[in-house]
Amino acid sequence: MKPNLMLRLGAVVIGAALLSACQLGTKSTKQEGYRGTGMDQITLAAASKKIDPINVVPPPPYDPPKPGGRPAKEAYQNVQVLGDISEDEFGYTMAAITQWIAPEQGCNYCHNPANMASDELYTKKVARRMLQMTRNINTGWTQHVKQTGVTCYTCHRGQAVPTENWALPAKGNEETILGNLHGQNKPVIATAYSSLPNTAFAKYLLDSNSAPIRVQTTYSHPSKYPATANKTTTMEAEGTYSLMMHTSTALGVNCTFCHNAGSFQAWNMSTPKRVGAYYGYRMVRDINGQYIGSLASVFPKHRLGPQGDPLKVNCATCHRGINKPLGGVSMVKDYPALRPAGPMVTAAAAPAPAAAPTKMP
Amino acid sequence: MAYQNIFTQVQLSHAPEMGIEMKPGSDPRGTAVAFNHLFGRFGQAQLGPIYLGWTGLLSLLCGFTAFEIIGLNMMASVNWDPIQFVRMLPWLSLEPPGPEYGFSPIVPLAKGGWWIMAGMFLTLSVLLWAIRTYRRARALGMGTHVFWAFMSAIWLFLVLGFIRPMFMGSWSEAVPFGIFPHLDWTAAFSIRYGNLFYNPFHALSIAFLYGSTLLFAMHGATILAVGRYGGEREIEQITDRGTASERAALFWRWTMGFNATMESIHRWAWWFAVLTTLTGGIGILLTGTVVDNWYLWAQQHHYAPAYPSTGVVDPALGSK
Repeated sequence: MKPNLMLRLGAVVIGAALLSACQLGTKSTKQEGYRGTGMDQITLAAASKKIDPINVVPPPPYDPPKPGGRPAKEAYQNVQVLGDISEDEFGYTMAAITQWIAPEQGCNYCHNPANMASDELYTKKVARRMLQMTRNINTGWTQHVKQTGVTCYTCHRGQAVPTENWALPAKGNEETILGNLHGQNKPVIATAYSSLPNTAFAKYLLDSNSAPIRVQTTYSHPSKYPATANKTTTMEAEGTYSLMMHTSTALGVNCTFCHNAGSFQAWNMSTPKRVGAYYGYRMVRDINGQYIGSLASVFPKHRLGPQGDPLKVNCATCHRGINKPLGGVSMVKDYPALRPAGPMVTAAAAPAPAAAPTKMP
Repeated sequence: MAYQNIFTQVQLSHAPEMGIEMKPGSDPRGTAVAFNHLFGRFGQAQLGPIYLGWTGLLSLLCGFTAFEIIGLNMMASVNWDPIQFVRMLPWLSLEPPGPEYGFSPIVPLAKGGWWIMAGMFLTLSVLLWAIRTYRRARALGMGTHVFWAFMSAIWLFLVLGFIRPMFMGSWSEAVPFGIFPHLDWTAAFSIRYGNLFYNPFHALSIAFLYGSTLLFAMHGATILAVGRYGGEREIEQITDRGTASERAALFWRWTMGFNATMESIHRWAWWFAVLTTLTGGIGILLTGTVVDNWYLWAQQHHYAPAYPSTGVVDPALGSK
């Protein structure tokens, strides 16, 4: 080859490489569905080896105590949720919770040091409700959390307020175009920086009365009968699309982790992961509606969103960019108090926790 | 004289070419003419004279009005902040009215009325421009092929923004004006109606679109390759074939056994381009009006393969 030709060839190769969206480095691919459907997950080998410290499970505060001993409700006053565990296990669980949620502030973040039994601090009331919630998730939502379970750390990660949260967006004046982005058209992570509606959490994840996520029709042609017709508009479908973008970003996976892109609707073409996600959305609604929602009057003003509602959870709160929170390590096995074996002991005080909603529509 | 092409051209200065006489009853044609060397490197060095006429004038006015309505709405949405306007421009949009307004022409301006108005002016603008292409072609004694090709594009534009929303009875089915917003609409549209890739008219439209690029590449390459024999003078070569035309034909006959002619290649290209938007418009119009889920439709008509079941069952079924 003439040097001139070599130069030209080199320029073409470099030019093509610059134009392509190529990422240098070894990749690993995993096929997740039928061949030829593009159902695979491609990860950068180097990136999958490097684990973000935020996604590492912290060690227990000290060796878990042996079972047996005086129940906590006899040792302490005003123990409404964890009363049946032993005094030693109670102390161990409290030590762990302090590390997980308020490592700097310590016990006094929730307790009055002069009277540990007092409920005068709002944080203690919140913590009690959160303990009920955690126990409910671990016993009632096993379709999503499986036997891996969750602890306070799954969301909190050493922060009093989990960093991944959302609240109802501030209500703008809908009567004017001035400063009105119509709840969309803004590059935010909640919509994976698209121009899709950023109100999808409020629409789909608020509580058990939230809007149905499904938009597609289950028959080929439009129904002749108004009662069975699917009236979902393209505009409304953007909300579901936005929610899916959030889930995909929060889990660090693409659409085909759950779906066959040929038909996002068809369950018999989807992966089993989609069933987990189905219960995940319902679990999030339960958490936001039954647990966090019930604390609206307990939280002080500076902990509330622009519409005066408490900060709520979405997929990212636990998942933090990986499909199995904390790398799929079961943390709860070291903290049996958070996963009661028998039927749940519901406390008399505080808002009554919801029954384990295993039969959500 | 040495062989000339766009890279080796010599641009001569001469008296402007004013074109043929106007037909009686025509509006006056402009007289402003200029020459630009750089323009000559891309096309003709002579600029003007232009024939604007009342269709051209009204078209530009309507187009400008639509452009202003869209742009000012976007700018208002960021509180008239010019920096935010530039930064956020790809995300900004002018949204059509919500589902609550149905297909009513009377919608408050802030809730989609501006969108209807922008769409109306834009429609007037493109239709007036189409009339202009028809009338100018006739004035020059030409066929009206450009007009019909443009009408094909306008057909798709009107199906998306007016005809389909009318059949669906809702403005909210229409496309927003905006860079990312219209792309998100496209994806959401496909998601809502069970994957547009299973829409056979969408498939035809893509085939014609990709076919157009292929034909354009083949034709452009062929003509450039015989440019040294005067092949770029295509029109003369149709009636008075020279070596360029013969070589171009022979090249394709040797390569693939068949060749288009100097005339037929342009008919191929015209039909491929026109059919892209024509079939595309049909595909969009059928979506939601006749077919509500293209994947299921394709399964029902054995149009698309059914993949082996993964055995996953809709969890909502068990609890009903």
